[in-house]
Amino acid sequence: MKILVPIKRVVDYNVRVQVKPDGSGVATDGVKMSINPFDEIAIEEALRLKEQGKADEVVVVSIGPDEAQQQLRTALAMGADRAILLQSGEAVQPLQAANALLKIVQEEQPELVIMGKQAIDDDNNQTPQMLATLWDRPQATFVSKLSLENNKATATREVDAGLETIEVELPAVISTDLRLNEPRFVKLPDIMKAKRKPLETRPLSDVTGDFSEQELTITQYEAPQPRQKGVMVESVDELITLLKEKGLVA
Amino acid sequence: MPVISANTQDIQFVADELLQLEKHYQQLPPCQDMDAETFAAVVEEANRFLLETAGPLNRNADEQGCTLQGDKVTTPDGFKALYKQYCDDGWNGLDAPTEYGGQGLPYLLAVILGELNTYYCPAWADYPMLGHGAREALTAHGSDFLKQAYMPKLTTGQWTGTMCLTEPHCGTDLGLLKTQAVPQEDGTYAITGTKIFITSGEHDLAENIIHLVLARLPDAPPGTKGISMFVVPKFIPDENNQPGIRNAVSCGSLEHKMGLKGSSTCVMNFDGATGWLVGEENRGLNHMFTMMNGARISTGVQGLAVSQAAYQGAVQYARERLQSRSLAGPKYPDKPADPIIVHPDVRRMLLTMKALAEGNRALAYFTAQQIEKTRYSDDENVRRRAAALQAFLTPIVKAFITESGIEATNLGVQVYGGHGYIREHGMEQLIRDGRIFTLYEGTTGIQALDLLGRKLLKMQGGQLGPIAEEIQAFIDQHPNSPYVDTLRQHLHQWQQLSQELAAKAQQNPEEIGAASVDFLMFSGYVLLAWLWARMAEVATQQLDADGPRGKNFYRAKQKTAEFYFNRILPRAAIHAATLRSGADNLMAMAEEEF
Repeated sequence: MKILVPIKRVVDYNVRVQVKPDGSGVATDGVKMSINPFDEIAIEEALRLKEQGKADEVVVVSIGPDEAQQQLRTALAMGADRAILLQSGEAVQPLQAANALLKIVQEEQPELVIMGKQAIDDDNNQTPQMLATLWDRPQATFVSKLSLENNKATATREVDAGLETIEVELPAVISTDLRLNEPRFVKLPDIMKAKRKPLETRPLSDVTGDFSEQELTITQYEAPQPRQKGVMVESVDELITLLKEKGLVA
Repeated sequence: MPVISANTQDIQFVADELLQLEKHYQQLPPCQDMDAETFAAVVEEANRFLLETAGPLNRNADEQGCTLQGDKVTTPDGFKALYKQYCDDGWNGLDAPTEYGGQGLPYLLAVILGELNTYYCPAWADYPMLGHGAREALTAHGSDFLKQAYMPKLTTGQWTGTMCLTEPHCGTDLGLLKTQAVPQEDGTYAITGTKIFITSGEHDLAENIIHLVLARLPDAPPGTKGISMFVVPKFIPDENNQPGIRNAVSCGSLEHKMGLKGSSTCVMNFDGATGWLVGEENRGLNHMFTMMNGARISTGVQGLAVSQAAYQGAVQYARERLQSRSLAGPKYPDKPADPIIVHPDVRRMLLTMKALAEGNRALAYFTAQQIEKTRYSDDENVRRRAAALQAFLTPIVKAFITESGIEATNLGVQVYGGHGYIREHGMEQLIRDGRIFTLYEGTTGIQALDLLGRKLLKMQGGQLGPIAEEIQAFIDQHPNSPYVDTLRQHLHQWQQLSQELAAKAQQNPEEIGAASVDFLMFSGYVLLAWLWARMAEVATQQLDADGPRGKNFYRAKQKTAEFYFNRILPRAAIHAATLRSGADNLMAMAEEEF
């Protein structure tokens, strides 16, 4: 069984993100970049399935600039078998990403696609769902527990009401939540081994063809307003009065 | 306090952009595989691992410390699990030969790993460091039998190492040491004596501890020429190289220290323990120096690591702490006060720490590259020149960088004001943990004597030699550097001082002792000037070339160079004046007048 894991290069979660002065985006000049943490959980889950003997091959794929090879190499050092980079200098929107990934899915024919539920840059939370729909296969999103048996995946999902367990037939798309696992650290010898693992690069336009329709236009980035200073209230009554004054409760 | 990630950008800048690691490794046959991308990947993964594992242990390591029950030492919570994973993931044998299960990676990466270990948790850093030193001594001087018995497990980290030199009555002056080694019929030796200040002498991280012990044979000549080196394992390896019979060596007590409390510092008693001779009889001190030279570089890098930690902690606080308004009028009118980073005096402290930490990083890595050339080059001339540079620079790396560490960690507390004195902020711990670095592996005074007496006067006949050629080459190649005139003057003055001291020392040997520390500090400031001038040049090029660290990084480099030349380098003049004042003002006072 083959597992495909799409990963995204994003600003490292430790970095305090700053908006560019002209509002055209987030400053990435000289900023530390890493694998999107949810995608890292996806890689870890795929590797664990392989180690349990439930999968034979883990393929990682990314869409991004040439530098995204660094993140693919990290995934290979974690234990993935090979990597594909679809090169694109431009920001890629969810539907475009899902379409590109669909092409890779058709070429690779994986039984399972495991991916992060969202990337921490734009927090879209759309690509896994779109990919499942385009592929016309079942999806299990926000998964915090996963097991495979008889060509089926049993997935525990984190939903608003708590936890929900569903069963999906393979092939399927799984999107990972934070509690699914704790990703491993890379072992030093595996960094060296990763150098020799196959990493294929090709232009994004190769797989998307003339798919260039941008569904979304980004007009402006802005830092959120700093939090206003709070006020201490003496009683619950006073609190309710204040909330009513602000129109926050009826 | 959340753990702040180490500045891997500056590590990459120095190794890759300043010191041109790819060009460097292409000339060293065993390292030709190493490229900038792999180098960066190793640094980043090491940083990530230690950020998430060692960093969170640091404060408790200080609060909890090590404890002794019977003769068993327990390390602080989390050290054992961390050490196991560190070894399992291959970090322990990073630069060890592949034939013993190491990764065979270049030495500079091991230096950087040591820096990161110390940055995140200084007390933890000593455990792997000592094993590394024991391997180096065994590689250089051990018989095949000893290498086969000990190298594989010292490489994986299943066993750790120590170096047992100091005794209650002898520290710096090892000629006084008393521990006895009596030859036995089976070719081993019975070792008897007491050693103190033994780092990692006893602990719960590994299944066996391998002591390298200096002791005297019964017929040995007195003084340092009668010292031999022995391997004394805690458990004697059986025929399958598993820990076997318990040897007669045990921990008598733990030292109570100012800092570095998570590092187990032991009094070790040897009661007729079985030992094996390493190398030649009566050559033990020379053999130990193989280990000591590496340990001196590692210690210098520890000073750099605490400087960096102090700087990063202080910058974060200076950005967040709102207090008073800028003298030039409010800079953040919407806030109740300006962050203290607006104040010139806070900036003076931050830039001093930054200039010292980053300059010292360049100095330490440059020296590590010389060691790599001596180890890996197939050209004898390259090896010889690198060995001379390394010999000259090692005492400066050890003493200058660790003295800078004291200054930087003190400034770190100062930036925090009263909060720096409160333990929860972690800044005072840096002072206490880092204070040992100017003491162990030879104090600053000893390093200074080594530099001036042994290296400059004895080995180089009062000439600065290859390091002066390096600086001169930069001056010749960069006539447009804004710093080139100042640098030329300082190089000239350094040469003059060297010659003056050579002449004075012939008339009065006490002039050496009187001038040595000032000479070492002068040397350090001139070396950093050279390296800051170089870094400013690289930064200018990289700004034009849109280098990988971003514009702010390179602009900061240029501005820190400017700060260094205007506000740090002038200290060199004070050291020059002081050392020129001679020995009389120190020796004139009679002992009873003190």
